Amino acid sequence: MQRALTLYQSTIGKKVAMALSGLVIIGFSIGHMLGNLNAYAGEVAFNEYAEGLANLPFIVWPTRFLLLACFGIHIASAFTLVTRNKDARPQAYHVTKHHEATFASKAMPISGIALFLFVGFHLLHFTLAPQLFNAAHFENPFWNFYAGLSHPVLALVYIAGNLALGLHIYHGFFSAFQSIGANHPKYNPLRRDAAVGLATILTVANLMFPISVQLGYIEAPAGYEAAMADAAAPVNDAPAGDH
Amino acid sequence: MSTFNITLHVWRQKSPTAQGKFEDYKVEADEHMSFLEMLDVVNEDLIEKGKEPIAFDHDCREGICGMCGMVINGEAHGPQKLTTTCQLHMRQFKNGPFDIWIEPFRAAGFPLVKDLVVDRSGFDRIIQAGGYISIRTGAPLDANATPIPKAVSDMAMDAAECIGCGACVAACPNASASLFTAAKITHLGLLPQGQAERPERARNMVTAMDNEGFGSCTNHGECESACPKGISVDFIARMNRDFVKASATAYDRAAKSDGD
Ligand code: HEM
Ligand code: FES
Repeated sequence: MQRALTLYQSTIGKKVAMALSGLVIIGFSIGHMLGNLNAYAGEVAFNEYAEGLANLPFIVWPTRFLLLACFGIHIASAFTLVTRNKDARPQAYHVTKHHEATFASKAMPISGIALFLFVGFHLLHFTLAPQLFNAAHFENPFWNFYAGLSHPVLALVYIAGNLALGLHIYHGFFSAFQSIGANHPKYNPLRRDAAVGLATILTVANLMFPISVQLGYIEAPAGYEAAMADAAAPVNDAPAGDH
Repeated sequence: MSTFNITLHVWRQKSPTAQGKFEDYKVEADEHMSFLEMLDVVNEDLIEKGKEPIAFDHDCREGICGMCGMVINGEAHGPQKLTTTCQLHMRQFKNGPFDIWIEPFRAAGFPLVKDLVVDRSGFDRIIQAGGYISIRTGAPLDANATPIPKAVSDMAMDAAECIGCGACVAACPNASASLFTAAKITHLGLLPQGQAERPERARNMVTAMDNEGFGSCTNHGECESACPKGISVDFIARMNRDFVKASATAYDRAAKSDGD
């Protein structure tokens, strides 16, 4: 523990912490996206998946704690390092010319802040306080999914948030290998390819959820339109999620 | 001889605390001059006019001492790859740009001394923190007594090519000294002679690097591209690995000697 703390005091230790916490969050993001693919299989499959998760508290809660810890470490290190990096060049150049730095690598702090806002919004929207955003809240996960993404403004927020995620992972997934010292001449070129592949798959799949709902490819569940018609009442009689 | 006209915009600053600003100089450049020779011509002219010449660092003028760092049109050591400023020739500018902005290396770890001269002694302190290697002295060993695979000795030589010019720091958007420190840690860390102190060396040099106020590595890759010796960012991954391993396992000599 002593040694872990000493390690964390160094800039390299903080980068390793960022990389490892980032990789855990990436792992979660992949699982999250795969789980949501159930939406294409329809209301029943989606709700079965959602309730299946809810019935595994001994998996769900440790995962939540782990993610919370990873976000905490990631954000605290990001803040310290970004501040330090700014201080390391008190006077800017009049002319700068970059060769290797990418839009994504330079935008890490900005995509990071965007992700912070987005993750905060996402938690409020689907978990903590859906009534803030949705016209109606249901006891049925698929109805909530549909209610959230069929709102054009909210759909746009999801699109923007996932573009930020793609940008962050495009550089982050590549960079994390360097930070934890995972390099080998034979596999180095693969790191960039892997980052491009992962960022593309995750972003496209995630973007397709709001887009599919908006374009009507994922359809409103039976009874949804009728229930929305009298959505003046926030508590309503949507079919419960258990089937 | 072919000459052409250029306008220099040079950062002039009398002292570390004085307010600096760009001053413009019109110069007739000869394509065969090196960049520093072109500045010499400007300076002779300034001296003749009784003005203060532009202060810039230089020593070997053959690309091996690492003194001649400056940022030329946004690039450390100017536009030519794998080339120090002293080895950069004016023919690189024959087709423009004819406006040339010259700035000092900008980093908190490299405090400005005057005009284009910065204090790079932070690098010396990082080297000093690396300490010594324990080797057998006395009668010389047979040259081949310690076998080293060719690939490994080549890689150690690649790292040892670092001339400590500071271009990596200058080019890094975070003013990080990771490439320099990584090269220095690696060139001893790869060789059998460097094993005895390897963990301590990694820990001490990284700590010294952090203490000098350099930024951290975001893996932009600008350092490798600016390095006149082409030092690879692979060494940074290697440094990180060495450092983490050393932090987890290092035998703490200081703590031990406290006890006796
Ligand atoms: C929630 C707010 C977030 C903030 C404020 C943030 C901020 C940052 C910053 C500033 C960096 C670059 C650090 C540097 O300059 O070296 C970074 C790197 C990284 N981020 Fe994030 N990020 C956030 C969320 C995420 C998420 C959701 C993921 C994954 C899905 C992620 C994955 C990564 C990875 C893998 C790295 C690379 C670490 C490395 O360079 O070794 N981050 N983050
Ligand atoms: S003056 Fe020695 S490297 Fe340029």
